[in-house]
Order: sequence, then structure tokens, then C-alpha cells
Amino acid sequence: MEKIIQHLQGAFDVKAVKKQRNDLYFVTVGKDQAIPAVTYLRDAEGFSHLVMITVADWMEKGVFELNYIVHNYQLHADISICTNIDREEATMHSAHHLWEQAWTYQRELKEMYGIEFPGSPRVDESFNLEGWDNIPPMRREFDTLKYANETFFPRPGRVSHDPATYMKQKLYPNE
Amino acid sequence: MEDKKTFIDPDLTKRTVIGPNGEDITVDPIQDYFCDALPKKHEPKRAKIFENFFNWARAESIWVLGFGTGCGSIELYPLLTPRFDAYRFGVQMRPTPRQANLMIISGYLSVKTLKRAIRSYEQMQNPKFVMALGSCTINGGMYFDSYNTINRLDKYMPVDVYVAGCMPRPEAILAGFEALKKRIKAGKAEGANLYAENFETYKANQKKIIRDWNMPDYNW
Amino acid sequence: MSIDWIKLLFTLLGLFIVLNYGLLQYGLIRRITARIGKRIGMPVYQPYIDLVKNYAMRSQITHGVMFYLGPVFRLVGGVGIFMFMPLIYGSYYWSNYSFAGDVILIMYFMFFGMLGMALGASEGGHPYSFIGISRGLSQFTTVEVPFTLAVIAVAVQHHSFSLTEIVAGQQGGIMHWNIMTNPFAGIAAMLAFLGMMMASPFNVVQAPQEIPIGPPTEYHGTYLGLLQTNRAILYVSESILMVNLFFGGATNWVELIVKSFCVFFWPVFVGLVFPRFRIDQSIPWFLKIPLILSIIGIFMV
Repeated sequence: MEKIIQHLQGAFDVKAVKKQRNDLYFVTVGKDQAIPAVTYLRDAEGFSHLVMITVADWMEKGVFELNYIVHNYQLHADISICTNIDREEATMHSAHHLWEQAWTYQRELKEMYGIEFPGSPRVDESFNLEGWDNIPPMRREFDTLKYANETFFPRPGRVSHDPATYMKQKLYPNE
Repeated sequence: MEDKKTFIDPDLTKRTVIGPNGEDITVDPIQDYFCDALPKKHEPKRAKIFENFFNWARAESIWVLGFGTGCGSIELYPLLTPRFDAYRFGVQMRPTPRQANLMIISGYLSVKTLKRAIRSYEQMQNPKFVMALGSCTINGGMYFDSYNTINRLDKYMPVDVYVAGCMPRPEAILAGFEALKKRIKAGKAEGANLYAENFETYKANQKKIIRDWNMPDYNW
Repeated sequence: MSIDWIKLLFTLLGLFIVLNYGLLQYGLIRRITARIGKRIGMPVYQPYIDLVKNYAMRSQITHGVMFYLGPVFRLVGGVGIFMFMPLIYGSYYWSNYSFAGDVILIMYFMFFGMLGMALGASEGGHPYSFIGISRGLSQFTTVEVPFTLAVIAVAVQHHSFSLTEIVAGQQGGIMHWNIMTNPFAGIAAMLAFLGMMMASPFNVVQAPQEIPIGPPTEYHGTYLGLLQTNRAILYVSESILMVNLFFGGATNWVELIVKSFCVFFWPVFVGLVFPRFRIDQSIPWFLKIPLILSIIGIFMV
């Protein structure tokens, strides 16, 4: 694993390496180098399986952090290639030519976060939310409670409790 | 954000096909493949004794549509096992909505599933009942603030029996069947007629959340 | 030509008895199936309630003329088999409308119902109906081959195509029954009977787990009630046919009911023991063992 990380560092402009476990590394690279790095891992190092493409929304930093997690069946090890893209102009190079399942991941990201993947097949079709016309719901500026109250019909009288305090009141009222 | 492209279902767009003799045939699937007649209200039989007898038969022979949504569908299968054995109460599973009388909404309904549930519900024939399981269908349950899960089922289709719980165990569902039977025998389970009478309201509520309404208003 | 009204009355009465008998037997089958699965099962009278409920459905839809006629044809097939089959040997009134060539007519009626169902189900337009009915027709065709050969063997043996004479030839004790005098044809027919009853090894046509319910997917309410009525009549009629052909017929109602009960439960118990065949397995199966047996049966005569 160390060797592979060294190869990566030699070939690409690696900004940060984080060792999570012996078999899981997070490698941060620039936006333009993410897809070449994934391609390199797939073709040269035997990371043939795309585990997932996922996104973390860092609203405070103004970035989306994309993770391409790939798996090597010989080493039983994962490497995640991370890259930060701008939140306002969220556009990323497509990985549809590497794995076909990337189509669906990119379709989902387009729908849930509004990240554009130019050139990815069927990326514009709706995935889960048929005919969604609001801002993408997994962005953190989307207020889901307000939306639910406006759209659906909340039944009057429904109350929510904080589980910890509520159970404490119910079970141990004297303490 | 840029405005979203409207997605058009390729199976439902109007198109021209070439017939076997070379002639052009225009196909508009919404017009041709579906009938858009609105639901009618069916009055119960005048003679009380017939209606009571039929209601008894309906109550003792409940055919459930095999339509599982959410986590509750896994609670339905034990009903058919030796331990709970819903067959004793005349409850049977039917695979097709045409033959079913009871639709069990078993848990949370996302908007996407609601569209399918409405289609299945409308394909069922007149004495039809709806049983809703779990707190998700009553007030949203733990998904009360979700952006794609409905809060109250009875705004979208008439519900006969709610079974509370998260999730209700099979015993509770059996009790729900008993409650439904009492309701049918009393002649109160007129959900289909209610749906036909308040069709405008239900349809407005449904269309409010199902944004890509690409099917006819009523597809029996 | 004068109509023998009393005979017609007796035939209708027989039809009524057979209908009730079939419904009760269907309930009993479900009950036995449940017991084998360690369940209690539905009440024996559950088929009656289902029937009433289906006839009492308030709204019905149609997909065209053939959609109406499908269940009607099927019912005609079931009633037709019954009408032309002697129930009780030696009784004028209970021999229904059997005549010299009734075996051939009955064989025709068996297929007639299936064809009517095919037309009706196609009109319904549901893809599962198409799959179910194409499977059903192809399986039924292969079932017919060994069954027809077995019937021909019996007919050659008794020099007659009349059921009454075939039954007459089998009187005089168990050793005169066709199943004993011509065991190969009898076994071939019994194996084909499994396919005719659509019990478990060969019920891929209607199996709810495979394709949701097959041909009657679109049928509901009264249509389904007709189909249920027909199922009760048809299956009992077929088992009475087997009794007449191979088990020496019956000289009174008790004998008839006992015999047809035993014959009826042969496919049920086989079905409970053996898993389901796929359609591409069942068709070659019918064309192998039962076909060979029935050909041997013809040469035996």
C-alpha cells in the first residue's frame, strides 16, 4: 500500500494523504487530476472495482468534496481519491468511460446536489425525485423541514421530543 | 440554479408509427392506451338484507394486493407463515390489483412510490379498502421532515383502518384485519365511493406533490 | 324431437351437485396444503365466500367482446365435459347426454376452454396473460398427446368410443378395470392427468410466484367468479372422466364420489411432494415417459 501511495505521489500532484486504516487511504488531489488518478489506479495498480462515488457538502468552505472509492481485490484494500470542487459552479469531469455504474452515481449526484457531469450518458434523466423543481434537496441550504411542512400535510398535534431528555423524564422522573 | 429540464417519458409521447401496410398510424398513448372516464359512485344495494349478506362475504374474504412499501412489507410475510396464518381469517394475497379488495400501505410512502400506489389503487374494483400501517402513514413518523416522504396518507386516498406502531407486529396487523371486518360488516367501509365523490380534492392533493403527472387522471 | 325434461332436470341437478362437490373439494385441498405446511388453513367453505364476494363486486371493466367471452368459453368447456359424460353406470337419468362418440367430444371440450381463455386473456392485454396463456397452451398440447393415445388404447381395447360401453366393459371387479387390464395406458393417462389438473409440478401456468397468476391477470369480479365456478366443475368432471375410463366407472353416487375423490387427490399429493417444473422442463417430460408408456399401452392391446 505504501508503495502505491508513493507511486501516486510521484505521478500526481497529491495535496494530502490520510491513512485511515492499513487498507484504507484518503488521497486528496486537484480537480483536474482526480480522474487521471482513478484511471491510473484502475489500470496500473489493479483497483478494478468502483465502490462508490460520493459527495460531502462543506458549506462553510464553499466546496463539495467528491470521493472516488476504488477497491483492489488482490490486496483487499481501498483507496479514496478525494477532490474539492467549487460549490457555486459545481462541475466535474465525468468518469462514465471507466465504469458503467458511474453513470448512475453521477445521475444521482446531479439530482441530489446539482453537480454537472458533462458527457455522462443519461445524466439528465430523473433518478429518484421525478420532476423535482426546487433546489437539489441534499444541498445543505435546502430547508427540508420547511419544505415538508409546506408541501405535505403535517398532522396537527404531532410533537417531537429529544430522545435523551424525554426518556430520562419518563423512566427516571425523580433524578 | 438553472431551470430544470422537463423530462418527457418516451413511452408516453405522441408518435407516428408505420403500420403493416405502410400507412401512418398516430399513437397518443395517454389517449389510446388508457381510458380517462372518471370514477362513478356505486350505490349499495337497496335491499338491506342483500347488502348485509354481501358485506359479510366481503369481510370474510379479503384479498390483499401484494404491494409492499417501506419497512412494513417485511411484516406482511409472517402473516402467511404457520405462526400467524392469516388464511384462517379469509385473508389471501392476490398478485394483481384487479382481483384485490384491500390495499395495505405498509409504511412510509415516498412521492415516487405514491404515484405507483395511486395507480394500483385506482385499478382496483369498487368495494376496495385501504389499510395503512405504521406511524409514517399517520403523521409522517420519523420521516416527518423528509423532503420526499408524505406525512398523511388520508389526504391522498381514503383510508379505512390505521394500524399504529413503528412497525406494527403481525399480531397488530391481524387485529387490524378484525377491525376492518367489523367496519365492512357495519357498512361503513365505503372508501371507493368516498374517493369518487371527493375525486377533485384527492386529485388536487396528489397533483400538488407528484410534479411529473404523465398519466391520465383516472386509470381504472 | 321431444325434449326429455326430466333428464335435463337430472343433468342440471348433477351439475349442481358437482359444483358444490368441487368447491368443497377445493377448500379441502387448501386445508390439506395448509396442514402439510403446519398451518391451520382457511375454512373449508372459504371458496363459497370468495365466489359470493366475486359475484358481488360493484364495478367491473371490460376490454372488449372476447374479454367477456373468455370465461364463458371456459365455462362452456367445463360444463360441456360434464354434459356428455355418464355419471352413474346403468342409470338412464344420470348418464347425462352420453352417446356413441362422446369420448372424442369430451377431448375436444377440454381444449376448447383453454382456447377460449387464450382469446379472452389476449384481449385483456396484460403481458403476463400472454406469457401465461402461451405456456398453458403449449403445455396442454403436450399433455393431450399421451392422454389421447391412452384413450385410444382404451377405445381399441373395448372396440368403442362410447364411455358407457367402456364402463360396461370394466364391470365385474377390480381385475376388470382398465388400470389393471392395460396398466401402461392407465399410468400414462394418470401422468397426463397431473398436467391436466395443473397441480404443482406443472402449475407454472398459474403459479403466483412465477408470473403473477398468469391468464386470469385481468379478470376480476364476475369474470373471476365464472372462472372459479368453472374450476370446480372442470376438475371434478375430469376426475370423473378418469374414473370412467380407467377405474371401472361407478354404479351409485357414493362409489362415484369415493372414486373421484381418490383420483382427485392423486395430483394434489403429487403436487405437495414435488417442486414445480419450468415450462421447458415439463414439455419434454410429457413427451418422454407418458408418451412412451401410452405407445406401449396401444401395442399391448
